[in-house]
Amino acid sequence: MMGQGRLAAWAMGLAALIALPFVYRDPYHLHILVLILIWSFAYTSWSMMGRFGLVSLGHGGFMGIGAYVTALLWNHLGWSPWIGIPVGMVAAGVLALIVGYPCFRFRITGHYFVLVTLALSGIVLQVITATRDYTGGSLGYTPNRASGNKLLALQFDDKITWYLIALGVWLFGIVVWHWVDRSMARYALEAISEDEDAAAAAGVDVTAEKLKITLLSAVMTALAGAIYCQYQMFITPDTVSGIAVSLQMVFAAIVGGLFVSLGPTFGAVITILLAETLRIGFGTKAVGWDNLVYGVLLVLFIIFLPKGILGSVLDKLKPQRKVPRAHEQEAVQIARPGT
Amino acid sequence: MQAFLDIFDIYLLEAVINGILLGGVLALLALGLNLIFGVIDVTWICYAELVMIGMYAMYFMVQYYGLSYFIAAPLTILLVAILGAALHYLVIAPLLTAPPINQLLATGGVLFVLQSFATVAFGIDFRNLGIRLPVLAFGDMNFSYARLLSFLAALVGMVAVYLFMTRTFTGTAIRAISQDRQIMALMGVDTKRIYLVTSALGGALAGLAACLLVLQYDVHPFVGLSFGPITFLICVLGGLGNFIGGFIAAFVFAEIISLGGLFSDLEWGYVLAFAFFIVMMFIRPAGLLARRR
Repeated sequence: MMGQGRLAAWAMGLAALIALPFVYRDPYHLHILVLILIWSFAYTSWSMMGRFGLVSLGHGGFMGIGAYVTALLWNHLGWSPWIGIPVGMVAAGVLALIVGYPCFRFRITGHYFVLVTLALSGIVLQVITATRDYTGGSLGYTPNRASGNKLLALQFDDKITWYLIALGVWLFGIVVWHWVDRSMARYALEAISEDEDAAAAAGVDVTAEKLKITLLSAVMTALAGAIYCQYQMFITPDTVSGIAVSLQMVFAAIVGGLFVSLGPTFGAVITILLAETLRIGFGTKAVGWDNLVYGVLLVLFIIFLPKGILGSVLDKLKPQRKVPRAHEQEAVQIARPGT
Repeated sequence: MQAFLDIFDIYLLEAVINGILLGGVLALLALGLNLIFGVIDVTWICYAELVMIGMYAMYFMVQYYGLSYFIAAPLTILLVAILGAALHYLVIAPLLTAPPINQLLATGGVLFVLQSFATVAFGIDFRNLGIRLPVLAFGDMNFSYARLLSFLAALVGMVAVYLFMTRTFTGTAIRAISQDRQIMALMGVDTKRIYLVTSALGGALAGLAACLLVLQYDVHPFVGLSFGPITFLICVLGGLGNFIGGFIAAFVFAEIISLGGLFSDLEWGYVLAFAFFIVMMFIRPAGLLARRR
């Protein structure tokens, strides 16, 4: 499937990425790179289902569950993140199934699906805030510093280790993306995103296929949340869960381009660099200006460049490409109820 | 009367009635969102943020410029109505032919903009109007006048919208467009104008809700997040674009939140409401008032 040249290009790029922290050690830039890699992984996880027209705004909830379950198990029960992270991923997966099953079984699509998942991330935020006796509420939460084995606690002080961990996780996300891209499920899901009834008539188990991809996407997002928590060692409900985080994922994926494997990564690079530049540019005195400019830019992006930067550039590069599939012509096709 | 009150737990009854009073404001919020969805086929994710801006407008007019509440309220409604129309003109109109998800995400971007605008302009402090309305004691039960007033005003607002929709030409045109988008343009109705009027009307409803909510809650830039999700749930449960369904669902949810809040924190009331919502999706997936398949 993948040509020799492209495989070589990937290998070269990867080797360069692995070598980078040993050559270039500026801690601030490495910190930004780690953040970009972790968020890229989250955005890639979102785009796994987003590219098939399943626009979820509930991923902030999954991410929050991954982060908080891991941290809570560590602080209250002393469970190592090596156990806590899988537990968090399972919890997010179970929630995804509970919400996803009725949605898919009863054909809740389009606006309805978006609003249900939107409410999901809002509710997770409320729960974290409500259980403030355990989670610290909106003031945030810090996992206890490990006294013993650093590896067991998954807490490292140096940026290079974290860079390599984040790189590994990100690479895992890209590999899963390609694995889905080449699987039969992709064709089933593409058929579903274009016409559910026709896909069902052709023998696709619509509910099962949608559930599988949702589960995969939710579990990976929870992993991203847990890694983020372990790296930052401080989480607040607003930075890992809630509507704002969900919207941030969708925006980044769309800005980068949904239908190419590196699109969400590209989106993460652009949005995080933009946010960071704005934050430094405006300084600490003007809190909120960075988000204001960010929001305006995102609205402009959606109006004027709906296919994403990388998507648009790739389209320009290969104009003679095979006839685009209908669902790629629009950023994300979504069935309107009643039509 | 006393015998009747003895039968029920007095706190339970108080919670039930408070739930009904809360339902009025939620129904008002749901009505605005449903109106926009039913006519323009767009979901304003930033709807609760419009309410937040309205609450700030009330705060500054009453506290800073010393206007009376009853002069500030119509001005706020007008301001948010203009905001709604501007939102449609600037963001939704260029995207009318774009995929629905892009329209939805664009309003999500507006959510960011409004939130951070409020942070920049007003800071993150909690502010309140400083109007303390008396509490009405009835038997052993206490009801705040603020809630009672909100409930009545919400009802008046909804009746006004009903009359507007049924008794005026513009209202009739709005209802006709929500039934068939394409044909109405051929019937000589200026679709663009109707969309703008509907957006302004939706904004006005958000403004009215803001005037009422500011009596009960402190305002801060993220206040929209505390009642935005519940409004979306109400609209989905009632059936998007279904006014009567939204109305009923608002009261059902308000009761759940109020009764849930009786037994523990208010946030857990929201969690209960969400759990209820998931259960309802299994039973009535197409909304409360949908016919069973």
